[in-house]
Amino acid sequence: MDDTQVEAGDNNRDIEVAPALISVHPNQNSVAVAVGSDLRIFDLRGGCGVSLVDDSAQPFHKDSIRAIRYSANGKLLVSAADDKLVKIWSTDSWRCVSSVCSEKRVSAVAISEDGLYVCFSDKFGVVWVVDLHELEGNESLVSRKAAPLLAHYCSIITSLEFSPDGQFIVSADRDFKIRVTVFPKKPLDGAHEIQSFCLGHTEFVSCLAFICTMDYPQGFLVSGSGDSTVRLWDITSGFLLDTCEVGAKAGLLESNRSDEGCSTVSDLCIILDGNLIAVAIQSLQGIMLLHCDLSSRTLNVIKVVSIMGESFIPTSLGSSSHAELLWMVTGVSKLSGSDCNSLARVRVLSGFKKSNPDSVGHELTVMRDDELPGAEKLLEKLQGSVSIEENVFLAAAEAVKTAMCNLLIKKQYSMEKREFRKRSRNDRKIKQ
Amino acid sequence: MLENESNPTISKSTGLPRKRFYRARAHSNPLSDSHFPVPISPCHVDYSFHYPQLVSSDQVDSNKKIQFADVGCGFGGLLISLSTLFPETLMIGMELRDKVTEYVKERISALRATNPGQYQNISVVRTNSMKYLPNYFGKGQLSKMFFLFPDPHFKEKNHRRRVISPHLLDEYAYVLEIGGIIYTITDVEELGEWMNSCLASHPLFEALTVVELGADPVIKLLSTATEEGQKVARNGGQTFQAVYRRIVPSQ
Ligand SMILES: C[S@@+](CC[C@H](N)C(=O)[O-])C[C@H]1O[C@@H](n2cnc3c(N)ncnc32)[C@H](O)[C@@H]1O
Repeated sequence: MDDTQVEAGDNNRDIEVAPALISVHPNQNSVAVAVGSDLRIFDLRGGCGVSLVDDSAQPFHKDSIRAIRYSANGKLLVSAADDKLVKIWSTDSWRCVSSVCSEKRVSAVAISEDGLYVCFSDKFGVVWVVDLHELEGNESLVSRKAAPLLAHYCSIITSLEFSPDGQFIVSADRDFKIRVTVFPKKPLDGAHEIQSFCLGHTEFVSCLAFICTMDYPQGFLVSGSGDSTVRLWDITSGFLLDTCEVGAKAGLLESNRSDEGCSTVSDLCIILDGNLIAVAIQSLQGIMLLHCDLSSRTLNVIKVVSIMGESFIPTSLGSSSHAELLWMVTGVSKLSGSDCNSLARVRVLSGFKKSNPDSVGHELTVMRDDELPGAEKLLEKLQGSVSIEENVFLAAAEAVKTAMCNLLIKKQYSMEKREFRKRSRNDRKIKQ
Repeated sequence: MLENESNPTISKSTGLPRKRFYRARAHSNPLSDSHFPVPISPCHVDYSFHYPQLVSSDQVDSNKKIQFADVGCGFGGLLISLSTLFPETLMIGMELRDKVTEYVKERISALRATNPGQYQNISVVRTNSMKYLPNYFGKGQLSKMFFLFPDPHFKEKNHRRRVISPHLLDEYAYVLEIGGIIYTITDVEELGEWMNSCLASHPLFEALTVVELGADPVIKLLSTATEEGQKVARNGGQTFQAVYRRIVPSQ
C-alpha cells in the first residue's frame, strides 16, 4: 500500500528531451530560438544572424536550454539550461553580462517589469531572485549569487510570470497549483506574503500569461494545463472566472482517446496586447485561437488555425506586443537515433489586426518561407538549415509529440524499481 | 451503530478502536507522492461528510468554516481535548499515515456514538499538509494551527522535510487570520530551536508574551493532550515550545 516514490528533486535524468523554445523581442527587433543547448538569435532589424559573445564559457550552454525570455524593455535576454546556468545577455552588445549558477536544474525564468530582478525556479520548487541593479551601464561580466525568494513544497515549478503592474509574481507547478505572491520591495529578503492561490486545474499547470488592456491595466491571468483547459483568473482573489475546454473543442479528446494526456496545453501566447490568445496543444497541427472578453470575463474559441503540408505541432509560441505576427517553433533536442540533434522548424502566422478583433481569423495566413522577414537567412540561423528534409522532420514531430506527452506527466515506477529505490534510500534513520 | 461485536479492531470493553491494529511505520517521507484524494480547492472540501450533524449537505454555502488545524495529528488526542473545550469550533486533524488516519476516524465515530451530541466538531483527513494545505483552507481562514511533536528529520539534508521551515511558514501565514496563533512543541531540543528561530525571523509572525501564554487555556494541552506528549511526560522528557501570532507586516 506504499506509494509511488516521486521526488521533484530526482537526480536521475528522467526527462531527456527538451522541446525547442521561441521568444520575440518586445519591439520585434530580434527573435530567439533555443534548441537543445543551442541559442540562436536573428536580428530582424539588421536582417542578419547574431553572434553571441560570452567570455566565460564556450559553448554558452552545455546542456538543454529550458527557458528563454526577453525583458519587458527589451534590453535583456535571459537563457537558462540544464547545465544549471542562468545567463543574462545584453540585447545591444549581445554579450553575456552575467552568469548565475543555480544549485539545481532550472525550469522557468521571469524578469521583473522594471528589468531590475531576474527570477528563476529550480527542480526542487524553489524560486530564486538575482539583483541586477549594478548591471546598469556596467557591461562587464559579473558572476552573481541568487537568493531564495519563495518555494512550492517539493513540486516542479513549470512557469513564472510577473503581473503587468509588477506587484505580484505568479508561479505554477505540477501539483495543479498557481500561487500569487506579493513581489516585495526587498526581494532578497524573500517574498512571504501570498496574495492568493488560483486553484481549479485538475492536472499540472503548464503555462501562464497575462492579458492586460487599457481598460484593465492590472491584468488577468490565463493558464494552460495538462487537464486540456485554458482558464482565466482574477489573481487578487484567486477566483476562477472562466474555463475553456480547449482539448474537447479541438476535437482531440474524441479522436485521441487512447492517446491520453496528449491534448495538454503546451504553450500560450497573448497577441496584440490583449484579447487574443494563441494556444498550442499537443497533437494539434497548428494553434487554437481564443478571444478573451474582459468585460464579461469569458474565454471563447475563435477557430483552429491549421498548418497544412507538414506535421507542425508547435512546442513554443512567441509574439511581440504590437506586431501582427505570431511566431511558432517546433523541435527537440537529443533525438535518439538521429545525428541531427538540434532540429527546429519556424513558422509564422500573419494577419492579426488590432482594428477589428472580431473579424480576426479571416485574414490569418501561415507565411511561406520566402515571405518571412529575413527569409532564407532567418531560417538558416534559427532552424539551422533553410530546408528541413521531410522525413527527418516527420520523425522530429513524432518525437516532439511523445516528449511533450511524457514531459510533465508524473513518472510511475514499476514495482521492482520502487522496491529497489526503497532499499537504496538513504534517508531512513533509526529513531532516537 | 458500531459493528463492534464482530470487529476485532474495536475494543469490546470501551467501544474504542484498539491502537495495536493500527500500528504503522514511525516516520513517513512527506516528499513522496501518494494516491489519496485532494480537494481541488477549499470550496470542494465536503463539510457535510466531516461534520454531518453540524453541516447538512444542502447547506453547501454554510458560513461555518474549519478554524483549527492539527497538522500531523497522529492518534488525535489533541482534537479530542479541544473538541469539548471549543464545542462551537470546527477543527480538523491532518495526517499523512493512512492507518493512523483510519484509527482517528474510528476513534471519533466511536466517541460520537457513545456521547450523543458531542465530538461532532472534529474530523480528520489523510493528506500531506506540506503540499496540500491551500487545497483545504482559504486565505485567513484558520485561527489556530498546531504542530505537536513533529518528526525531527535530524540530518541537515533532510531539513527541508521539516514541517516548520521558512518557506512553509509563508503558507501558514496565508491560511491563518491576522491574530491567529501557531502552536509548536517538541521534545527534541535542536528541533525546538529550529522552529523557534524560523518563526522568530519570519516577518509575519510575532511571539506571544509570557502573560499571553499564561492566559491561553490551550497551552497546557500542548504537552498533555497528545499521545506523543504523554509518552514524553511518562519518560520525564523535557519539552520546548514556540507559540507565535500571525501579524500584519510592518510598513
Ligand atoms: C511524532 S508524530 C506526532 C503526532 C501527534 N501530533 C502527537 O503529538 O502525538 C508526527 C506525525 O506527523 C505526521 N506527519 C509527518 N509529516 C506529515 C505531513 N507532511 N502531513 C501530515 N502529517 C504528517 C506523521 O505521520 C506523524 O503521525
